[in-house]
Amino acid sequence: MTIADFTFYLFAAVMVIAGLLTVTARNPVHSVLWLILAFLSGAGLFVLVGAEFVAMLLIIVYVGAVAVLFLFVVMMLDIDFAELKAEMAKYMPLAGLIGVVLLMQLALAFGPWTFADGIEGRLANPTPALDQAHNTQALGLILYDRYFLAFQVSGLILLVAMIGAIVLTLRHRADVKRQDIVAQMMRDPKKALELKDVKPGQGL
Amino acid sequence: MIGADLSILIPEIVLAVFAMAAMLAAVYTSKDAVAPALTWGTALIFVVMAFYIAVTGEGVRVGFNGGFVDDGFARFAKITILLSAAAILIVGIEFMQKSDLLRFEYPILVTLSVIGMMVMVSSGDLIVLYVGLELQSLALYVIASLRRDSVRSTEAGLKYFILGALSSGLLLYGASLVYGFAGTTQFAGIIETATAGEMPVGLLIGLVFLISGLAFKVSAAPFHMWTPDVYEGAPTPVTALLATAPKVAAVALFARVVHDAFGGAVGEWQQVVALLAVLSMFLGSIAAIGQTDIKRLMAYSSIGHMGFALMGLAAGTEQGVEAMLIYIAIYVTMNIGTFSFILSMEKDGRHVTDISALSSFASREGGKALALLVLMFSLAGVPPLVGFFGKYAVLFAAVEAGMAWLAIAGVIASVIGAYYYLRIVYLMYFGEDREGLDGRMGLVTYAGLMAMAALIALAWLPGLNLLGLEGMAAAAAQTLVR
Repeated sequence: MTIADFTFYLFAAVMVIAGLLTVTARNPVHSVLWLILAFLSGAGLFVLVGAEFVAMLLIIVYVGAVAVLFLFVVMMLDIDFAELKAEMAKYMPLAGLIGVVLLMQLALAFGPWTFADGIEGRLANPTPALDQAHNTQALGLILYDRYFLAFQVSGLILLVAMIGAIVLTLRHRADVKRQDIVAQMMRDPKKALELKDVKPGQGL
Repeated sequence: MIGADLSILIPEIVLAVFAMAAMLAAVYTSKDAVAPALTWGTALIFVVMAFYIAVTGEGVRVGFNGGFVDDGFARFAKITILLSAAAILIVGIEFMQKSDLLRFEYPILVTLSVIGMMVMVSSGDLIVLYVGLELQSLALYVIASLRRDSVRSTEAGLKYFILGALSSGLLLYGASLVYGFAGTTQFAGIIETATAGEMPVGLLIGLVFLISGLAFKVSAAPFHMWTPDVYEGAPTPVTALLATAPKVAAVALFARVVHDAFGGAVGEWQQVVALLAVLSMFLGSIAAIGQTDIKRLMAYSSIGHMGFALMGLAAGTEQGVEAMLIYIAIYVTMNIGTFSFILSMEKDGRHVTDISALSSFASREGGKALALLVLMFSLAGVPPLVGFFGKYAVLFAAVEAGMAWLAIAGVIASVIGAYYYLRIVYLMYFGEDREGLDGRMGLVTYAGLMAMAALIALAWLPGLNLLGLEGMAAAAAQTLVR
């Protein structure tokens, strides 16, 4: 077993265990922490296959932003998870049944693993080989060239998300004091301050 | 090369630039005060784009490595989407103003949603399909909860969002299975696998997941649960929008996926779509009987009508797609008329949606009651009104495709469904006389109601021939089913 093999199994095992603990942990904050561990192991796996750019993305975006945001939300929300779980337990039998049916369907799908005929032709590698273009470049070629339309529409989706967040949350309240920067800068010390010469022992 | 691709996309680009420019303009001027003018402008640009598509579009153009298809089918769907969205925007202005909801983001979000719908119906790739679908849905989630200080409206938005996310998950899972077994996300590649010999089981399961996700979006039973609550909770103009343009887009997308990507395996998806159709028709007819709120009633009505549209699709033939397009175009026309009426249902200056408020409406407002009667008869499918021709087309297509049992089920469901449409008519004409609706209507909603009712009542006349709808739908269906 080479070092690469060993590292793969190490990261893979840690990822599966962390994923499992994410859903089973009692404390939601611990869940988020386990999730971060799963992300980190995933990033390790990406480095192993030579996609270091995606690995860094995973760490910066998912661990750095998304998971931390989760953590804040989980800590700030006042949700009684025990009550939620009790509510969930009511639907467990039905959910379990559906889960079993789905599992059997998937076993049907993945058991006899046959691809459609002629898949090799269609599966033509969309990215150039690693020695011709490094993975960041290859990713850019796909994203900004082949999937240009999807990329642009995704931009519109983000725009909608931004407008939506503002529409649903921004309130203009009249009774709140706001900072007026221009008024602050135009303030004249001559008008705002008055110097009084107070003689000792006299007072105003 | 990119220039040729972009030229296919001109209507979408114009709308996107318009939305962004309008937002900047509104933010830097008087914000919500410009909203009415902006809404009219948006409707105008929708109509202009619909004409542009109708005039310039010809042949089949494929761009973005097969990701975007501009063919007769897409153009038919786009024109229907644009015109119906424009009509709904216009008839909703007055209501939005009165209930202090007309914010300048509303027309902008509708524009972005319409762009998503246009991308959906033109998609030639699973990835483009998904981003189009999300763009459309996300904007709709927001406007469904536009009345944010009302619990009902926010509940509607949240419910729509969560169930929509679930359906997107199903759809994506199906898409990943399809990609895994077919080796490509492009419809042109998937159809090769579906035609070349035996389809792998995995591909089939992927197809079923895809159909489930799409059925959520068209609100076909048994994936309909969100519809009544969302329709009831959302502000009425938004409900009207939900019942028209997105339905056209979702049904057209449904047809595109099953025919463009799985056209070689009609037998495989036919039974699934037929089941969806039967369940929706019966659920829409039976569950609507007990409703007292007209918006909930229209929700169940839309579920039933989607069942009929899917019946045309289930036929699996070119004729079936043609019938589906005719049906959906007529359905949208009837819904614009009906919602114009619902938007102006007021009692003592307050919006009411209770059906009992319609009691003896005809004795006070004969003309409007007659218009609503025409629309209700047409929704029920009473000949010779236009709604009958839509039902006739799908039933005929089903029989021609050898699915007589489906057609019989459709007739039974339509007879059951006729009850609740006729009950509204009964209440208006023979209900006990009591203090009912004010009966005042704004000029725009009045024009919308009367124009649609006249269209429904007269377009079947021999000289008018449904205004050439059949020919257009046939040409559109021809480009989809090859």
